[in-house]
Amino acid sequence: MSGRRLPESGNRIDRSRSIRFTFDGNGYEGFEGDTLASALLANGVDVVCRSPILGRPRGVYSAGIEEPSAFVEVREPWFEPIVPATMVNLVDGLDASGRPGVGVLPADPPSPKPGVHRHAHVDVLVIGHGRAGSESAAEAFGAPGSQRILVVDRLPWFEARESGVRTLPRTTALGIYDDGFVVLHERGTAYDTLWHVRAGRVVLATGAHERPIAFANDDLPGVMLAGALARYVRDHGVLPGERAVLFTTNDSTAAVADTLTSAGAVIAAVVDVREGWSVAAAEGTTSVSAVRLVGPGGETRTVAADVVGVSGGWNPAIQLARAIGVGLRFDEELATYVPDGTGPEWLMIVGEAAGDGLPATDAFWYSPADDLSTHFVDLQRDQTVQDVLDAVEGGLRSVEHVKRATYIGTAIDQGRTSGTLTAEIVNDALGMALGAQGPTSARPPVVPLPFSVLAGIERGPALLDPVRTTPMHGAHVEHGAVFENVGQWKRPRYFPRDEEDLDDALARECVAVRTTAAALDASTLGKIEVVGPDAGVFLDRMYTNRMSNVAVGSIRYGLMLGFDGMVFDDGVAMRLAEDRYLVTTTTGGAAPVLDRFEEWLQTEWPELRVYCTSVTEQWAVIAVGGPGASGIVRTIGTDVDLSAASFPWMTWREGTVAGVPCRICRVSFTGELSFELHVSAWHGHHVWDAVLDAGAVPYGTEAMHLLRAEKGYIIVGQDTDGTVTPDDLGMGWIVNPSKGDFVGKRSLVRPDTMRPDRKQLVGVITDDAGLLLAEGTQLVAESGTGATPGPGVGHVTSSYRSPTLGRTFALALVSGGRELIGERVFTLGRTEPIPLRIVDPVLYDREDERRDG
Amino acid sequence: MTAEVLARSPLQDRSDDLAAVAGELVPFLAQVDLRVDPAHAELAPYPLPLEANTAWHDRDRSVLWLGPDEWLVLSSGGSAQAVVHELTTAFGGTHHSVVDVSANRVALALTGDDRVDLLSHVCPIDLDPRAWGPGRCAQTMLGRAQVILFERNGSTPILVRPSFADYVVDLLREVRRVTGDVGA
Repeated sequence: MSGRRLPESGNRIDRSRSIRFTFDGNGYEGFEGDTLASALLANGVDVVCRSPILGRPRGVYSAGIEEPSAFVEVREPWFEPIVPATMVNLVDGLDASGRPGVGVLPADPPSPKPGVHRHAHVDVLVIGHGRAGSESAAEAFGAPGSQRILVVDRLPWFEARESGVRTLPRTTALGIYDDGFVVLHERGTAYDTLWHVRAGRVVLATGAHERPIAFANDDLPGVMLAGALARYVRDHGVLPGERAVLFTTNDSTAAVADTLTSAGAVIAAVVDVREGWSVAAAEGTTSVSAVRLVGPGGETRTVAADVVGVSGGWNPAIQLARAIGVGLRFDEELATYVPDGTGPEWLMIVGEAAGDGLPATDAFWYSPADDLSTHFVDLQRDQTVQDVLDAVEGGLRSVEHVKRATYIGTAIDQGRTSGTLTAEIVNDALGMALGAQGPTSARPPVVPLPFSVLAGIERGPALLDPVRTTPMHGAHVEHGAVFENVGQWKRPRYFPRDEEDLDDALARECVAVRTTAAALDASTLGKIEVVGPDAGVFLDRMYTNRMSNVAVGSIRYGLMLGFDGMVFDDGVAMRLAEDRYLVTTTTGGAAPVLDRFEEWLQTEWPELRVYCTSVTEQWAVIAVGGPGASGIVRTIGTDVDLSAASFPWMTWREGTVAGVPCRICRVSFTGELSFELHVSAWHGHHVWDAVLDAGAVPYGTEAMHLLRAEKGYIIVGQDTDGTVTPDDLGMGWIVNPSKGDFVGKRSLVRPDTMRPDRKQLVGVITDDAGLLLAEGTQLVAESGTGATPGPGVGHVTSSYRSPTLGRTFALALVSGGRELIGERVFTLGRTEPIPLRIVDPVLYDREDERRDG
Repeated sequence: MTAEVLARSPLQDRSDDLAAVAGELVPFLAQVDLRVDPAHAELAPYPLPLEANTAWHDRDRSVLWLGPDEWLVLSSGGSAQAVVHELTTAFGGTHHSVVDVSANRVALALTGDDRVDLLSHVCPIDLDPRAWGPGRCAQTMLGRAQVILFERNGSTPILVRPSFADYVVDLLREVRRVTGDVGA
């Protein structure tokens, strides 16, 4: 080959703007508007890379997304491990090198080009700005009611004929989805954009891809698709070679010959299959130097040439259409599949993509030869006609199976050059009719794109997933909190001081709650205001116990079940007024519980006069607990009488604390005297600071979990797993079957939910007071011998080291557990069984003497 | 100190980042959620928009349509208590729900001329002038956060749960960082 830049021509380059780039360590120059492929051809670079399996030299083969041959790694300006040279727009400072068909991710990969996403809504989206595309855009522009028209093309620039039509250059469509939703990839200079376009109508004007013919050494640099030769001359002013052989089955090469001739090249031979001639082989070491021809009578001739332009016919570019369900039919004249007119009514396929204007062709797939082992069908997969025949010989009949056996069509070009060839070679080998099997299916993304573009800006700790924080988060950070993820929330797990580790901090925080005073940020609790004359009736149907008779000013704990009778969520209901409750949910239950409320109200009981409003983030909640809790609240200042006599357990009072309005609730999740301060989220930070300044020790979720477990209080989702009834938890007392129907009621009297051997919540203690069981530990009834454990009876749901009890303890779900209190169970140790004892789940202050202080 | 002085907005330390996206904090906006059968809309002290995703504004009150029987009433100068009072008085014996949700969402406003372009990177709804403009409102997503948007006086206020407020500012800031500070 001897590619060179022509003195003129090239309607896509700007000769006034020279661009310097580096390839394989050598400096070159190109022009604005070049692709890396056109610039390499202009600089006479024949070999771009080696083939992945056989290590054969490979050069530029096409001028577009169908490129199966010339692959590069781009290092500057942005890292891309592997991309076809035909898809790299030349930019200043570009640094690339050849890559054998497989990309390599370095251990410490450089930054990829940034990506963003963007949404657009248009009346008409035209994909492809060739003749058919630009005509469609013009037509749409002229039609009434279609003001928003977007035309996209992968060209570096183009202009729509009408000034009102918006254009996106350097853009490829990746997929078309239901109802005109189309995803596009725009390759920008500083960043890429993944467009999500909602279009009223989509016009596919994606043109057609030329297909090759296989012959010996058809992968040698210099062998190219015929149309690509003309495009490099016309678009980039680059002549890939001086002496060309054109190998064709159709009339489209006549124009190629004209273009090459007028650019100064010599047409060494036009080898027309229809005249009985074919190319037997390309010859040369690293690029074409001669071509061996075979005539109708078997006569051979060798001609000197440095490029071979091949045209085995044209395939409509229907990858996008196929994925949205457009049907295909085989067209005998074109010897390929074309859209059959079916598909979504909002989708229109025009021009060559519909098969219009493509040249009739002979069906000719490869030049016959004894040795077919260099007749390449899929260049990137290094697969030949022989490999296809071997697969058929091996018993594979379906093109889909041949694809999976050979990997033909699975490379970056997704079978654009190899698909039809492979299908027809298989059909032929099986004695089936032309087109009996079509090419394999296509699916989005129909053009590869970097993961970094898919990710967009949703990367890194802040943006991969939202981090939700409470109004006091800043204070927690200042206090050195170690956070844990609870859903998307960051909650302080513990507040280590100095050199404390988790165990030290946990012990200190627990002791503070049990002996002095401490504070927990409970703001993440879900909160819903339930308002209306039927609010009480509604809540009676949602919870297992009665809520309609809670007095205004009082609070009641409640369990909520699924209709299968299993515990779904828990929380308290505060009656704010005759027709108004505020109910709390677990942190994770906030949205599901509100959804459930709305579902039952809207679908089952529309006659109930109830409205639900989420107020989860309206309120910051600070639980002040411990024997000194009332002292803390008095210190920060309140107008509420905190004495147990006037402010009893499970009531709430309205007043002020620390100078701001507050609802104070006498509820406790630790067993100690506690005041839950509900203040406006605006005041959460202020009140938290005040509580800590008054001497309360901040404690986190870890201490909260431990303290509640000492009291045998459950955590939904930790001690329950969707298979646990209230009775299983020993909470039969909270189920009120006499109050009327409630969600889950009927399931509680199914034989299975009444089985005496259901897993029940119990306490478990180890004989060795220092041994901490892992949560999830399986329990067995007998110690067993050797490798045979006794039958499984349950598992540990919560396990802690209690500073108050001076020992470890656990909660567990154990078959018929309540009957086994005092009995032995075992778990399997590393070398021998570990003996345990089943105990009552309430291990601390069984008489509830501490909750009033 | 009064309660007002002790209040704190989750975005009060983010003014630089807000400025970088041509945004500003709307501190302590009074917000009240109203639920009532639209058949009783005429009882309201101001027009309740009945067309989906539309809003009514006057000098110091805004009413955003959130659903067939739900509206969000905003008061730029006044207190939530005043709004609660005027709504409960207006609907009297009719079944309704009025809940102060002022702290349930933080308000920020984008004021740049290119704010629709900025939002189009993280918001899927149609913000083209044909579909969006003064008098419009919507409940939608910015990235992965639920928000309420509306359009008024050359700015686009965003109401977002306080726990997601930093995320939304980070998100808009990152769009600007990648796409360039043009127009900010």
